[in-house]
Amino acid sequence: MADTAKPKGGGTARSTGGRRRSRKDTAPNIADEQPKTLLDYYRQMLLIRRFEERTAQAYTQARIGGYCHLNLGEEATIVGLMTALQERDYLFTNYREHGYAIGKGISPRSVMAELYGRSTGVSKGWGGSMHMFDTQTRMLGGYGIVGGQLPLATGAALAISYRGGDEVVMCQMGDGTTNIGAFHESLNIAALWNLPIVFVVVNNFTGMGTTVEKSSAEPELYKRGSSYRMEGVRVDGQDVLAVRDAATDLVERARAEQKPFLLEAISYRMKGHSVVDPAKYRTAEQAEEAKANDPVLAFERQLEEAGILTEEIKQEIADSVRDEVTDAADFAENSPHPEVSTLFDYTYATPVPNESRRMPADPVFAE
Amino acid sequence: MTTKLTIGKAINEGLRRAMEDDPKVLVMGEDVGRLGGVFRVTDGLHKDFGADRVIDTPLAESGIIGTAIGLALRGYRPVCEIQFDGFFFPATNQTFTQLAKMHQRSGGRLRLPVVLRIPYGGGIGAVEHHSESPEAYFAHTAGLRVVTVANPEDAYWMVQQAIACDDPVVFFEPKRRYWDKADVDTTRSLTSAAPMGAARIARPGQDVTLVAYGPMVKTALQAAEADTDHSVEVIDLRSLSPIDYDTVCSSVRRTGRLVVAHEAPVSSGLGAEIAARVTEECFYHLEAPVVRVGGFDTPYPPSRLEEHYLPDLDRVLDGVDRTFAF
Repeated sequence: MADTAKPKGGGTARSTGGRRRSRKDTAPNIADEQPKTLLDYYRQMLLIRRFEERTAQAYTQARIGGYCHLNLGEEATIVGLMTALQERDYLFTNYREHGYAIGKGISPRSVMAELYGRSTGVSKGWGGSMHMFDTQTRMLGGYGIVGGQLPLATGAALAISYRGGDEVVMCQMGDGTTNIGAFHESLNIAALWNLPIVFVVVNNFTGMGTTVEKSSAEPELYKRGSSYRMEGVRVDGQDVLAVRDAATDLVERARAEQKPFLLEAISYRMKGHSVVDPAKYRTAEQAEEAKANDPVLAFERQLEEAGILTEEIKQEIADSVRDEVTDAADFAENSPHPEVSTLFDYTYATPVPNESRRMPADPVFAE
Repeated sequence: MTTKLTIGKAINEGLRRAMEDDPKVLVMGEDVGRLGGVFRVTDGLHKDFGADRVIDTPLAESGIIGTAIGLALRGYRPVCEIQFDGFFFPATNQTFTQLAKMHQRSGGRLRLPVVLRIPYGGGIGAVEHHSESPEAYFAHTAGLRVVTVANPEDAYWMVQQAIACDDPVVFFEPKRRYWDKADVDTTRSLTSAAPMGAARIARPGQDVTLVAYGPMVKTALQAAEADTDHSVEVIDLRSLSPIDYDTVCSSVRRTGRLVVAHEAPVSSGLGAEIAARVTEECFYHLEAPVVRVGGFDTPYPPSRLEEHYLPDLDRVLDGVDRTFAF
């Protein structure tokens, strides 16, 4: 099936602009890397994997409400992208965001508590799976509406540019987002005003159940910036080092040259659109292919073959990741739900006249 | 002959019949084809009518409704599915500035027989964007007809009436009631069904009129059942714009009391409009102020607080009691 075919050139970053700067001409090789760095990436990827598996379990046990979209299969992309960002850089994502929140530096405890809807969550239980915000780590959301984050991220980049700051905004989205008007409005503004922002399209071939080929007139999504003379790059999202290199290159160029870029990461969504989606629109072969392209297992094998990940280290990492996820889930489980009285707390930032202060159980009229 | 149908399946069957009866009827939206829609309301239509008539669109609400307007201008009858209430908003421009106004703007020359199907309301443990009740925005806009259904019978017939209507119709589907089942007589003719614009007395009573629509009709009927002190007349509004004030006002003139219940926030909601109009038309028949029961004036809360936000049986009964305590 065309919609899950591995794109040509996957594995090496390709550029539409023709100008290559520091990018290596060959795929990054683990032999050039510090073992410690590689093990750190592996641990981060495994943490997201186990965290999301635990999330799926908690969701099916009704510990998590609302809708819930997992990053399973996206681990290499997330770790590669987040490694490319400096602490001072800003991140906007869509509703498939748990791994990004952790990758940007929010503690797994705060993320899990948010998923559980508890008041100790990063959005005090009010945001849930799709709406995590944290100004400290500069994770500016979590957005439930497709494309909702793009103009906002562009505005954040405008603020940086206006102030003369040296931060960069990264704005993540899915492949379906490239068809909504806000995508084009935002890319045009960012290019027109030379804003330091990297738009990242995570292309997992399907917008819910509809394929990229069936929804995008230009299915090679990294080319969609060309209308705005914005350089676009496609990278193999299953390869953490390739993602890191491509993203670092674009983030640093956005910072130095004050202009926007478009990065497309080819990634496999290992499960349905959300936890409740059985993904029946996928053929058995497509499901198999996604499984065969498991980025965590692939990286694990690579590190094992290189002698970097020994049995002992592997066990150590597995144990520490398991403990961290268990700790996060326990923390969430033992945290309080928001008080019903807080229902009215955050509608306005300032006092308003006639604001209803009645409690849900109160009579409609006071006696 | 009757068939037992859920509300979801009744809409599906209604769409099917409309497509069989008129080759100009098209269904379009995100994942409405092969997947059959997020709530599976268009299930099987793609298989039976083909990809030309059941169109999987890109993720672009403005594009979906905009192109539907273009299709309608050339004689088609598109039915657009918006996946969730909160996903509609990117299409506000096409809906409010084009769809609602082009008939008038063209001096009546252009007709826009477009149906927007929108699953709405809370109660399924979803969150913001997935649980909202935005009907007042639409009802406030002249040129749009706005309807909602509370049972499979209405679901089956009203979706066909909406498609047959030469005005644009916003068809709100009460998502937490999709699985409610009842007998539907599908052998009758469309013209024999109750008109789309008419309210229905869902339960006759003498002491107080309780107006509800969509998902709240069931709650209102439960409240009427539970209230052993008063005889509660429940009106299922069905059409939210225009509103059938004849039915509402004649009931209020008999009972002297009115409670309006909806999931949407109370302030500037449909209840406010109904209260104002009933006060104008039935002032001397009213024994008590009109009482509104609805969602609180806050954004839609997370799932754990949803049960406190949504007006439930107790809050509706409390509203009824207040009209008698006056």
